[in-house]
Amino acid sequence: MNESNTLSNKMQAIAPALPVVMGYLPIGFAYGVLAINAGLSVLETVAMSVIVYAGSAQLMAVSLFEAGINPFSIIATTFIVNLRHLLMSASLAPYMERWQKGQVAAFCYELTDESFGVHSLRFAKGETEAPRALAINLTCQLAWVGGTLLGALAGGLITDVKPFALDYALPAMFIALLVLQIKSKRHLLVALIGGALSMAFWLGHVTQWNVILATVLAAAVGAGVETWNKQPQP
Amino acid sequence: MEQTTTTVMLTLLGMALVTYLPRLLPAWFLRGRELPPFLVAWLRYVPVAVLAALLLPSLLVSDGTLALKWDNLYLWAAVPAIFTAWKTRNMFATVLVGMFVVALARLVLGL
Repeated sequence: MNESNTLSNKMQAIAPALPVVMGYLPIGFAYGVLAINAGLSVLETVAMSVIVYAGSAQLMAVSLFEAGINPFSIIATTFIVNLRHLLMSASLAPYMERWQKGQVAAFCYELTDESFGVHSLRFAKGETEAPRALAINLTCQLAWVGGTLLGALAGGLITDVKPFALDYALPAMFIALLVLQIKSKRHLLVALIGGALSMAFWLGHVTQWNVILATVLAAAVGAGVETWNKQPQP
Repeated sequence: MEQTTTTVMLTLLGMALVTYLPRLLPAWFLRGRELPPFLVAWLRYVPVAVLAALLLPSLLVSDGTLALKWDNLYLWAAVPAIFTAWKTRNMFATVLVGMFVVALARLVLGL
């Protein structure tokens, strides 16, 4: 009997996806409701979750579609909002050295803020097998698409997702992901600088670029301090 | 303004493309490549930096404005959530505690 194929082992393999699923079902649902209310069809609403698969950009696109903004502006806005994934993809790149090209292509298709948070923790612990990473990603996207479909079908019946505090699932998950990343004072320093700069740029009306700029600068401070400390002392 | 299904679908395809390329290209070209030590160090600090940069505005900004008031539930609920994450190192427990605190505050305080 092949033990790796038992159901409980499969469930265990995708267990890291569980918190993401908890967050994606309600947010996907909320997106589905909003998209239908904005005039998109069920097919269009679900198609966006399948082929774009980027929470904040999808919610933004819905409001742009509703306002009748031209397609090129919608695409350009999506590009800027999602450009931060460039940094996430780069930071996971070293762990994918031995993967097949198709595995890299499939993994990156489902690289979101949340799946990135999960994988950056796993990969750093040496859990870098491609099939499991892909299974976790697929589970996350299925939750997102499933939530979307339910929300789209519920349509105009529901307008409020606040009961049960479902709207706090994603912020809480980001809190956990961030706290789990902080393993030293230098990590804490980078987190504080990253958060503060992101807010500062936002308050300075750099609202689309705040995350990218803050990340680039805060990570550079961390790398700078680390490199400086490694220099032979005179 | 209503847009035709074809226009919407083409827009979605464009969105999909500009979303996928930044997700794919760095991993595609950087993996298995020898990088300068500073860049390697920088990449290792990206996760903590980007998560903090995403998180703080999501806690402090509400409806497009800075919300540093006592009724900003997202911010106060972060305190028990951070504590839970720090003590348990468990994402699932953190999400449950965070949601429980928010649900309870809404029920009891009517926020």
